Amino acid sequence: MQYLLLLHVNESGWNQLTPEQQQQGAAAYLAYGEALKKAGVFLGSNRLKPSANATTVRVANGKTQVLDGPYADTKEQIGGYFLIDAADLDAALSWAARCPAASHGVVEVRPVWQMQ
Amino acid sequence: MSFPEGDDARRTADAVARRSYGKLVAFLAARTRDVAAAEEALAEAFASALDDWPAHGCPKNPEGWLLTVARRKLIDSVRRRQTGEAASTQLQILAEGLEDAAAQAERDMQIPDKRLALLFACAHPAIEAGIRAPLMLQVVLGLDGETIASAFLVSPAAMRKRLSRAKEKIQQAGIPFSIPEREELPHRLDTVLDAIYAAFAEGWTDASGTDTIRRNLTDEALFLARLVVELLPQEAEALGLLAMMLHAEARRSARRNADGDYVPFADQDPTLWNAAMIDEAESVLYRASALGTIGRYQLEAALQSAHVHRRRTGHNNWAEVVQFYDALAALTDSPVVAINRALAIAELHGPQAAAAAMNEIAADDRLTEYQPYWAARAELLSKTGAHDEARQAYEIAIGLEREPTVRAFLQKRLAALPTWTRC
Repeated sequence: MQYLLLLHVNESGWNQLTPEQQQQGAAAYLAYGEALKKAGVFLGSNRLKPSANATTVRVANGKTQVLDGPYADTKEQIGGYFLIDAADLDAALSWAARCPAASHGVVEVRPVWQMQ
Repeated sequence: MSFPEGDDARRTADAVARRSYGKLVAFLAARTRDVAAAEEALAEAFASALDDWPAHGCPKNPEGWLLTVARRKLIDSVRRRQTGEAASTQLQILAEGLEDAAAQAERDMQIPDKRLALLFACAHPAIEAGIRAPLMLQVVLGLDGETIASAFLVSPAAMRKRLSRAKEKIQQAGIPFSIPEREELPHRLDTVLDAIYAAFAEGWTDASGTDTIRRNLTDEALFLARLVVELLPQEAEALGLLAMMLHAEARRSARRNADGDYVPFADQDPTLWNAAMIDEAESVLYRASALGTIGRYQLEAALQSAHVHRRRTGHNNWAEVVQFYDALAALTDSPVVAINRALAIAELHGPQAAAAAMNEIAADDRLTEYQPYWAARAELLSKTGAHDEARQAYEIAIGLEREPTVRAFLQKRLAALPTWTRC
């Protein structure tokens, strides 16, 4: 089954880190991605730019409404994702627990709706 | 006119249902993880059995017969509900896996037992904690939604909705039907044991034993605990839970007198206790202690054992009891444990010391609507002579109690307080 790991993190946290800490953090994510690839479960991943760069769009009554900012105005924002292929939820959860974001934020595990 | 054949068929079907329901559901759902579809197919298979068996006689291998029919119904229902690609892949999985396994089961006259894996799926941390016990009772034991709803005092509609949401989650999120790895096992087993205990406790609150549905719940919970012990014989906490439940169940008939009034433990007649069940509890607990890992349920069972020993022999063992409560309090941070610990301290060091222990937990929010806290508080206050405060505490306890016989017992205690006040 495919699972999307959504990384909810505190965006201001990154800027409060020292350059060494940032380097360490980036290395941890890199190592995690490598581990996923080696295990053959990696399907895709991206880090997202801060939510200040987000724009939301919705169409209501034929009118397109465009708003500045993310959909939910919360302290934790989606900072990135990993798309993985795991045997079952337990396997996905154990990968989620290894993700560095699980230690400084929250990792949401969502099964992917498979289109046939 | 009687229908001996029909009765016989019904009895066989009931016996198979009791013995094999969970096994069949687990087997049918293991591949697709679609518990609801497996249950539905099995219900249809049981209905067919009641039509077929009286006419043609009971099959030699009733489990195998039910499995074959249920498997066919399951494939039919997948075919009905889905079309195109999706249906064909799912059908293929079903057909391939079930075909081989069913043939094997027919040959061996035995269906592989995946009930433990099913229990772990029902009590998975990804399933809402409050629905785990009802889910187990339904999926592993085949209890219907109405019965479970009334046992847990919720509306049948709400219970059905929550149960079907949980089954949906098992399938959609890909919760595995498997026994967790060694390192994960203790933690995951705790959730299974907690859910079994929740079912037991729900049945236990019916002190008068008049409510058949809820009384049966303790039997069902015992069945599940025995099942876990049978399948994981080296897990000390599973043994501890079984021992504790056996101890509690052994005293059921002593909990009320001939008039149906509630009798607290201290006033129970030990000759009314089920001695065989107590012996079993003791030997199960002994097995657990030999495994060398202590835990909450073993401590609870050890406490029950100590209480029973004291009442039977008259030997004062309150110091030992307080020690067990200390260990339990360190392990659980449970206000319920703290209350019982305070009551044991009252026996050992007197009501003043106990009242002090009670005050330490008075600030816990979880206690404001917890009847046993107020009843225990009232009891201690009345012993220290603070009758007015005791009266208030009794009144709160009475207002919070849902069981009529316990309410009557508390009212009797309240009435026994001296009514005069110094002026």
